[in-house]
Amino acid sequence: MRLFLSDYFVLYLSLAYFFALVPFLPTLSNPANLANVLSNMWPLLVVAIGQTFVLTIAGIDLSQGSVVGFTSVVAAMLLATTASPDVLSNAPIWGIILTEEGGPLGHTSFGIPLAILIMILVGAAIGAFNGFAIAQFQMPPFMVTLVTMIVISAFAIFLTQSENIRNLPEQYILLGKGDIVSIYLGAQDESRIPRREIYSLITYPMVIAISVAIVAHLLLNRTVFGKQVFAVGTNRKAAEISGVPVRRIIVLVFTISAVCATIGAILYSTRLEAGRPTLGEGNFLLDVIGATVIGGTSLFGGKGKIIWTVFGVFFFVLLSNTLNLMNLSSFHIDMVKGSVIVAAALLDVWRTRLMREMNA
Amino acid sequence: MSRQTQTLLGFDRLRKEYFGVPAVTDLVLDVPVGQVVGVIGENGAGKSTLMNMIGGVVPPTSGQMFWKGQAYAPRSPGDATMLGIAFIHQELNLFTNLTIAENIFVDGFPTRFGLIDRAEMRGKTQALLEQLSLDASPDTMVDHLAPGERQLVEIAKALHRDAELIIFDEPTTSLTPRETARLFETIERLKADHKTILYISHILSDVERLSDRIVVLRDGELVAEGPTDEFDIPRMITAMIGRELSGLFPKRSAKPRGETLLSVQGLSQPGVLDNVSFDIRAGEIFGLFGLMGSGRSEMARILFGLDPYAAGTVTLNGATLAGSVRDRIRAGMAFVTEDRRAEGLMMDASIMDNLSLVSIERFGRTPVALLDEKAIAAKTEALKSDIQIKAGSIAVQPVRSLSGGNQQKVVIGKWLINEPALFILDEPTRGVDVGAKYEIYALADRLAAAGNGILFISSELEEIAGVCDRVMVMNRGEVMGTFDAPPFVDTEILALAFGEQAKTREVSA
Repeated sequence: MRLFLSDYFVLYLSLAYFFALVPFLPTLSNPANLANVLSNMWPLLVVAIGQTFVLTIAGIDLSQGSVVGFTSVVAAMLLATTASPDVLSNAPIWGIILTEEGGPLGHTSFGIPLAILIMILVGAAIGAFNGFAIAQFQMPPFMVTLVTMIVISAFAIFLTQSENIRNLPEQYILLGKGDIVSIYLGAQDESRIPRREIYSLITYPMVIAISVAIVAHLLLNRTVFGKQVFAVGTNRKAAEISGVPVRRIIVLVFTISAVCATIGAILYSTRLEAGRPTLGEGNFLLDVIGATVIGGTSLFGGKGKIIWTVFGVFFFVLLSNTLNLMNLSSFHIDMVKGSVIVAAALLDVWRTRLMREMNA
Repeated sequence: MSRQTQTLLGFDRLRKEYFGVPAVTDLVLDVPVGQVVGVIGENGAGKSTLMNMIGGVVPPTSGQMFWKGQAYAPRSPGDATMLGIAFIHQELNLFTNLTIAENIFVDGFPTRFGLIDRAEMRGKTQALLEQLSLDASPDTMVDHLAPGERQLVEIAKALHRDAELIIFDEPTTSLTPRETARLFETIERLKADHKTILYISHILSDVERLSDRIVVLRDGELVAEGPTDEFDIPRMITAMIGRELSGLFPKRSAKPRGETLLSVQGLSQPGVLDNVSFDIRAGEIFGLFGLMGSGRSEMARILFGLDPYAAGTVTLNGATLAGSVRDRIRAGMAFVTEDRRAEGLMMDASIMDNLSLVSIERFGRTPVALLDEKAIAAKTEALKSDIQIKAGSIAVQPVRSLSGGNQQKVVIGKWLINEPALFILDEPTRGVDVGAKYEIYALADRLAAAGNGILFISSELEEIAGVCDRVMVMNRGEVMGTFDAPPFVDTEILALAFGEQAKTREVSA
């Protein structure tokens, strides 16, 4: 009972799942596979942290995927070092922002930080718009962010005519693929170490994602802002009467969500080495919301922890990885993922009830 | 045994434990057919648990129940309904988007050729409504009915299902005095029809007036039981709380001071308030009495900046207030709302989070700076012992687990860290038991003695008369008059509240 209500429940579940499957899927515990699981985890974690804030105020942000796609394009069109007219000459940005010599910031020394700053401002603006529409006009978050999702992703596709923008600077790509510490587990007397036997231990995405998680954790649990976020999610009327600046909190929370999606866009697009308008389409949103809910953050608001989301994302990525190793088709994988999310939502209801009964 | 013919519902050593803690302890009791039995006890005395067992919501841990002499062990609320037990709850269980007739027939529509037979439904509903003298068409949406009328619809539903035992759980909390009088007539009529009634209420005078017998529970045990003649209100209270209460209301410990704290001039909002003016002095408990729809709670919301107003000024400590709730809190206002669950508390959050919510901005230098958690813990712990919130660990325990009285102390307590000057208390003792009521009055007195002003809004005449220094009466958004000094006479206050012009002219309008 206590285990079931513990913060670490999902971590234990993941570990149990891992050790139960290792005998059947020996490749699962390969260092290469583990490095792969982790590298899949970091970008999703950053985006899911944003979603955690939104779910905590009983909202939902469907526009995160479109923000990922759009901001990846924004950065790429500013930073590309060259571009091929065969691919992009039909795009409306061709000749204005992007030319054969690449984007306006492609060959400057301060280009990368400036481009990242611009993409984060763009992301923040989209999030602030969501939050403003929701707080000021009392529109449902589902509706507002659905519309944002449709409009922003359509606009991103329009900008490049659905093409990817490649040729990103090396330094930028490092953010998504670079190692800081690597390990070699092979024989010591080898004269040349083969590349595929070097495993990433600490990577740039890992450092970025963990930093975001720590800042988010402190922000949500140990600041005035965080306490007020919980208050809005637990009882909005009571929060308003108690002097919580409810509207400001809503705008800020949706802004945080979009900024997290933008940081996620840096990690995803640098891994892909391209800005891609459709980067956050398909089942991306399912992964984000699913992982967050599996972690234990409630869809009803008022209940959310960053550590839960870390474990939820870990479990979700592990699940996807094992299903891939089982050679299941993508249809089957989505069916299993869907069922797991339903189970998590059910678990949320049970946990809430159990907690109330224990306190009654 | 003659018991079989006379007893409708019996309990034999009935016991219910939650996590090993008894909520109802070995209860032995018979409920006679055709009588009104008043059930009283403080919150947590075991009334709800007992009702849940009768209604099949929770099973007893041990012991037995009997229905007409037969062993009765309901496995679900459906079993209870089938036998003829009906509940009229505090929160009504009606579908407000359906008509009266649809609500009554919702668990089994009459059909003809597979379609709902609306004519029969309407006819039967009409007959039930006439029986209860509810003057409404069966096709009226429940949404359009007043709380008292909705309750009559619930009773009609019970009659439609041939209920023999009707259990009323705090039925008068949201009723006006007129609606209450009508409910009592209905209960008398049900009794005349040989229905058996269990009547649960905190309002002891109502219980005394209605019941044939009285049952008093304390800490899960039956502490007194007998014909109503043997009880008077002091005896009921003594039995309920297990000790003598020196009085229902504490003595005022200080007199109001001279200076005006809050001044309201010509406050108007079309359809809500019409030219309302009054002053509250420092150290004064200023009572506001009005019936439902008199504008009393609406005025409180306007004063606190939650709703707009068309004209008038509100001055606190000499500064004219305009703008939002946050500005008014900064200026020194505190608002304890009528509905503490919906508007006062974060029910699933800890006591500490609730107590520190209003003042949270004091504990961090900027909104994103780390909070001074030690200071929060120290302040809220001090507050807990100061206003005597009975709870375990305030950092862990959620407010939901507290009794009504302690929940209300948390709602008042969350304002105290900010040291406001004016408290608006809207129905601060609603749903709170006798002992805790006294503590809330004492707290109001203490705050006033410290020089704060208190706007005390209530629909309970006795407490208005018992705790206030002055009493203003409203009707339909207008001030009908103000009584400047005790003793306050019930009938005079009520006459004003019903909109009759004051004949007594100690009243200054």
